[in-house]
Amino acid sequence: MLDVNICGINFKNPVIGASGTFGFGEEYNEFYNVSMLGGICTKGLTLNKKEGNNGTRIFETPSGLMNSIGLQNPGIDEFINNVLPNMRRFDTVIIANLGGGSLEDYIQGAEKLSKTSIDMIELNISCPNVKNGGMAFGIKSEVAFNVVKEVKKVCKKPLMVKLSPNAEDIVDMALKCEEAGADCLSLVNTFKAMAIDIKRKAPVFQNITAGLSGPCIKPIALRMVYEVCKSVHIPVIGMGGIDTYEDALEFIMAGAYAVQVGSSNFKNPYTCKEIVEGLQAYMEREGLNDLSEIRGII
Amino acid sequence: MQQVYVEGKIVINKQIEKNIYMISVEGKFEAKPGQFYMIRAWDKEPFLSRPISVYDLDDEKISFVYEVRGKGTEILSKKNCGDAIKLMGPCGNGFDVDKIKGKIAVVTGGIGIAPMLYTIKSIKDSKIDIFAGFREKSYITNEMKKYADNVYITTDNGSEGYKGNVAEIFNPIEYNAVLCCGPTVMMKKVSNMCLNSGTACLISMEEKMACGVGACLGCACNTSDGKKRVCKDGPVFWGREVILSA
Repeated sequence: MLDVNICGINFKNPVIGASGTFGFGEEYNEFYNVSMLGGICTKGLTLNKKEGNNGTRIFETPSGLMNSIGLQNPGIDEFINNVLPNMRRFDTVIIANLGGGSLEDYIQGAEKLSKTSIDMIELNISCPNVKNGGMAFGIKSEVAFNVVKEVKKVCKKPLMVKLSPNAEDIVDMALKCEEAGADCLSLVNTFKAMAIDIKRKAPVFQNITAGLSGPCIKPIALRMVYEVCKSVHIPVIGMGGIDTYEDALEFIMAGAYAVQVGSSNFKNPYTCKEIVEGLQAYMEREGLNDLSEIRGII
Repeated sequence: MQQVYVEGKIVINKQIEKNIYMISVEGKFEAKPGQFYMIRAWDKEPFLSRPISVYDLDDEKISFVYEVRGKGTEILSKKNCGDAIKLMGPCGNGFDVDKIKGKIAVVTGGIGIAPMLYTIKSIKDSKIDIFAGFREKSYITNEMKKYADNVYITTDNGSEGYKGNVAEIFNPIEYNAVLCCGPTVMMKKVSNMCLNSGTACLISMEEKMACGVGACLGCACNTSDGKKRVCKDGPVFWGREVILSA
């Protein structure tokens, strides 16, 4: 009833743990069997291990938080050798989120990940917290076009491109990624934001800016997902402040095939599970048989 | 230990000193000494739950001693008996009390004393001295006396106990192990003193946290072995392992 096919991959339901908020699935599997989820996006992976940023990494805001983790991750080789086998215990779609600092990084990363058992690659051209680390590729459509085109040439897995809300024109960005060969899109990553510590008279974050997420961004994220869904012909996975099954339904009605749930896992470890259960109950109440009956009805 | 996210009913929530409260929640909870729970006494706002270390535990209830610092702890302090709050945990590694033996010094600053009652109650066959620093007035120390051989108190203004910094009144060389929790500056000083005297030192770190379970990497600290998660790899680390920036 909740299952959905995206680029030939079958998801048992449209709820996916978002990259950077769900570790490698292990932590939330302590609370419930994460195999019940539609999928899990890994923490952003880079060719080489990254220690991430120093200083404050998270800062709470009204209805959300800012983060500046800086793509801390064990590196792709370590992921493939020591993390992925463990993740494969989970009977769910595994999506490897691939970050990079250069075109060559992305190409090499996609080549390596293509040789593994992962189900999809989510190309992260939207991380705002690393210098030359992704978002540089996600602002200008022409730059993104080139990265997606080159990665697509070597990528043997369905390629999902994760868009930044900081793109100059989100619809043009989506269209260019589609034209370059993206199999599907996910949006939105975090909004570039900042906070100032007035006691220290200094920015809260060492990088000055950080990425804003949580329910506070949901209305803007929803608008962007809606506009992109109206424009492209490839599946769109919506995200941005999804906290409840009702939020997930809004994104689905706006046209999303599936949703990613991020920051709200922090406030309640059962958030993804409760969204799956809420969607199931909604379908039964409404007498719906398939998500396509409500997808994109707006 | 199985981690849970459950609702519990408050049976005590009382002020014990200026800005310091003790709360007890009914139920059979689990925790190792030095572990913490993510506490949520509200629905939507603030967005994140608050990490608070376990003060005490028995078969009927779990207790926490906390300082009111911001809007989360302020909301918590205004909850009444009978109100329900949510608890997620136990989180973190805690103190490995079975391996702590001999003559032990527990060195704390301010609210850093909170995880130490349950800790010293769990340490067996050892001689325990407490060195507890406060701004103006002590708290919990009377309860601690029941499980410690000596309790030494310092205050910033000398209004109670010795005047000055708690690190000035103890000598690590006299001890087999030091357990320390408090402000970063103080932990750094204690850790360095222990390093110089060759005394094993365990420090319990405090950090702002988002997930509390090791998923978000928001509470990373620098260690000799790279970045580690305070919520999952800690909060208890070897003093020699952590690079404290103070």
